[in-house]
Amino acid sequence: MSTLKRFAAACLVGTAAIAVSVTTAQAEEKIVISNWDGYMPADMLEKFTAETGIVAEMAVHATNEEIMGKVVAGKGKGYDVLFVSSPFVEALNHLGLVAELDHSKIPNMANLYPQAMELEYDPGLKVSVPYAWGTTGLCYREDLVSPAPTSWMDLLEPKADLKGKITMLSTDRWLMAAAFLAQGKSVNSTDEADLEAAKDLLIAAKKNLLSYDDTTFYSKLVSGEASMVHAWDGWCNYGIGENAAIKYVIPKEGSDLWVDTMVVTAASENKDAAFKFLDFVLKAENGAWVPANILYKVPNKAAMEALDPALVTQFPNLGITPDELLSQEQLRDLGAGQKAFSKTVTEILASN
Amino acid sequence: MPASRLRDWLLLGPGLLWLALFLVIPCAIVFCFSFFERGVYGGIDYIFTFENFQRAIDPLYLSIFLKSAKIAGTATLVALFLAYPAAYAISKAPPNRQTALLVLAMLPFWSNYLIRTYAWIVLLNREGLINTGLRDLGWIAEPLPLLYNEFAIITGLVYNYLPFVILAVYSSISRLNPEILEASEDLGAPSWKTFLRVTLPLTMPGVAAGSVFIFVLSIGNFITPDLLGGGNLLMVGNIIYDQFLTARDWPFGATLSFILIGIMMALLFTQAILVRRAQGDAPEKEEANA
Repeated sequence: MSTLKRFAAACLVGTAAIAVSVTTAQAEEKIVISNWDGYMPADMLEKFTAETGIVAEMAVHATNEEIMGKVVAGKGKGYDVLFVSSPFVEALNHLGLVAELDHSKIPNMANLYPQAMELEYDPGLKVSVPYAWGTTGLCYREDLVSPAPTSWMDLLEPKADLKGKITMLSTDRWLMAAAFLAQGKSVNSTDEADLEAAKDLLIAAKKNLLSYDDTTFYSKLVSGEASMVHAWDGWCNYGIGENAAIKYVIPKEGSDLWVDTMVVTAASENKDAAFKFLDFVLKAENGAWVPANILYKVPNKAAMEALDPALVTQFPNLGITPDELLSQEQLRDLGAGQKAFSKTVTEILASN
Repeated sequence: MPASRLRDWLLLGPGLLWLALFLVIPCAIVFCFSFFERGVYGGIDYIFTFENFQRAIDPLYLSIFLKSAKIAGTATLVALFLAYPAAYAISKAPPNRQTALLVLAMLPFWSNYLIRTYAWIVLLNREGLINTGLRDLGWIAEPLPLLYNEFAIITGLVYNYLPFVILAVYSSISRLNPEILEASEDLGAPSWKTFLRVTLPLTMPGVAAGSVFIFVLSIGNFITPDLLGGGNLLMVGNIIYDQFLTARDWPFGATLSFILIGIMMALLFTQAILVRRAQGDAPEKEEANA
């Protein structure tokens, strides 16, 4: 046993040394922001610097998982503001990696819908500010799917002519949410019986899929390779923009509500500058860029009210109201339930 | 001689340092992590445990390892069948043309791995060039299921790694001592027999090196199964990726990685033994000359 202890101690010292050696950020009027590529206006940082004199540097992450990996490994050092989705805010908060927000330094929070202050993963927005939000549902070709889908079961047990022409999201939470919602369960369930039932349904559903697709599903609809895909509303809009026969529907069993947020790292040595950046993003004109350009809804009331009504006609899901959004269940971090959850996902993805 | 030994160490130094920094230490960290626990919200709790290894021997993960090995093994066999004749032909071409042919074989590497893989999607999909081409020719009525299955994954793996195999086999064939082949002919062996009894056994080191190369690269690959398999098939690279990123379970991801590293080391060891045995049986040209 003592050898084991000594071994563990050696490992500890080794990893600690590496953690310490991560460079510390310098304290100057400069902030580093990590966001998804193209998720904010290209000239946003330039304008921010012009207005505030604070230098802002942009880092890019492709997925929540990627930035989580970086931030957890480096304790958030080197980053000031992160764009992450709601379940990750909760995890970062539990890990002590995000800073409490000083609302008095972010006056533009007044631009948010009152509903945005009541998000379960962060009530009162103590550590995060919502940036964009939306639902997950079915995106389909009206001309190829009739009658129009209304239920998650239309995706999970498709009619004969849709078999092999369907894609699903494979990102664990959304994959499972489709089955959970169809079976009337919570999208955050880690209950053994719920996992088992969802697994059976999803393994059966897999046989009818063209593929899993988390990134190019809308182009498969446009090309006609797929007729119906499991999609986030904002991404479905990219398909709608290319082919007006593409429609989006929230199945009758409901959707999840996902929220992409901004957080300030606990390790930030320039929190006031970071708060100024959050405040800048929350300006009505900056918020309005998102729905007008990347077709996502924002929780920014002032920005949504300024939106061109023609866009809502072309992309009806931009018109989903905050009340409708809040009536959907929010994705939460699974905590200790994650192990059983991810094993179930592996079983589904590995099934033949 | 101390002077020459010093020179040897100086020459070896940078390479050894590189290996220590970027291979040995990371592997050691992976090994260490595999004995800790996942924190409730991700990250690592530094509590010693064997739990990850117990989780890893679950039949679920074992079946994924076997499936990955099957896919990588098939890719290896297909690549060998394609690469050996190609390498043989290149080595028999006039010397001034050999370089050009080798460059042609390596040409695909000049473009990015992702782009090469996406190109296969364009070719193989239901509305892709192959399916629409065959349909326009009237050979098929319904599109063939070419994409998002095992066939597509193996095609992608073979395509991407074939040049390595060609190179490995070529270097083995081109080092063959022609006098040995002449001797075989002089003793009356027909050319097919010379090939089977002399050329093939003597080029086994190249075959083994090429095979290990493509097998090891294939079994750990996660991009190709994701893009060309459409996520319908899960390989061990995908579950490691998922454990580190999606599940944020680094210790378990580390455990699976370490098992994969173990399999690869065993293969490299086997290959080294094969090479030694082949060299022991019949010295190659260089050694014969030395």
